[in-house]
Amino acid sequence: MVGYRFRSPLGLAMSLGSAKSGFGHWWTERVTAVALIPLGVWFAASLIAHSGSNYEAFIGWMGSPITAVLMILLLITLFWHIALGLQVAIEDYVHSGTKIWLLLITHFLCFALAVGGIVATLRIAIGVWTAT
Amino acid sequence: MEHLSNKHTRPLSPNIQIYRPQLTSVLSIVNRITGVFLSACAVVLVVWLIAAASGREAYSRFHDCIASWPGQFFLLASTFAFFLHLCGGIRHLVWDTVRGFELRQIYISGWIVVATSVVLTLACWLASLLIARQV
Repeated sequence: MVGYRFRSPLGLAMSLGSAKSGFGHWWTERVTAVALIPLGVWFAASLIAHSGSNYEAFIGWMGSPITAVLMILLLITLFWHIALGLQVAIEDYVHSGTKIWLLLITHFLCFALAVGGIVATLRIAIGVWTAT
Repeated sequence: MEHLSNKHTRPLSPNIQIYRPQLTSVLSIVNRITGVFLSACAVVLVVWLIAAASGREAYSRFHDCIASWPGQFFLLASTFAFFLHLCGGIRHLVWDTVRGFELRQIYISGWIVVATSVVLTLACWLASLLIARQV
């Protein structure tokens, strides 16, 4: 795990911190959070800039390679962050046997939605690239 | 066997309902609530992309939903939730560097999160309305 580089060998030997993959989860949540700051601001600013614009203008924007790359990065980072965040919320509040099912459904949905969003983005972008 | 049956009835800590709400505790739960709400917004984001990829008709149907009053209210709520979670998240990242833990600093950063989120939400909607009018 990437996390072990940030944990001291002494801490591990003395059984300080998470015994399992807790640090990796915590660290990945932070990494995705940091990445989502510029990606989220870019997304919000883009939506505002396209206020009132029509379908053609929107498709034209989505067809730009920079938009496609940033949108795919946003989708990956966002749904990764959502999967980690919802996992913590479920683990904190659900203590019955439904917990494992909720976790499974949440993670499957996050993967499915991320892939669905990426394919939709690529379909728009490739449509624009092949048309011109 | 009695201690085994007691296992399922013991109270869970902390008993949150006995505490008076404070800025610190309210912002803590707000960060989680907005996180869960924004997860639902992310589903809408994917529906939007799929509608756009499906063609003009599907896209205009989605656009009509968002342009309706409930749709606009949802968009306003998601804008505010986005900025609360963004600012609250940055506050958490600062805390992760072991800074800003004095009580006074915690309250200052908390009110900064609230004020910044309100101002940025209003600024975004104002900018959006002005740009939409010019198109």
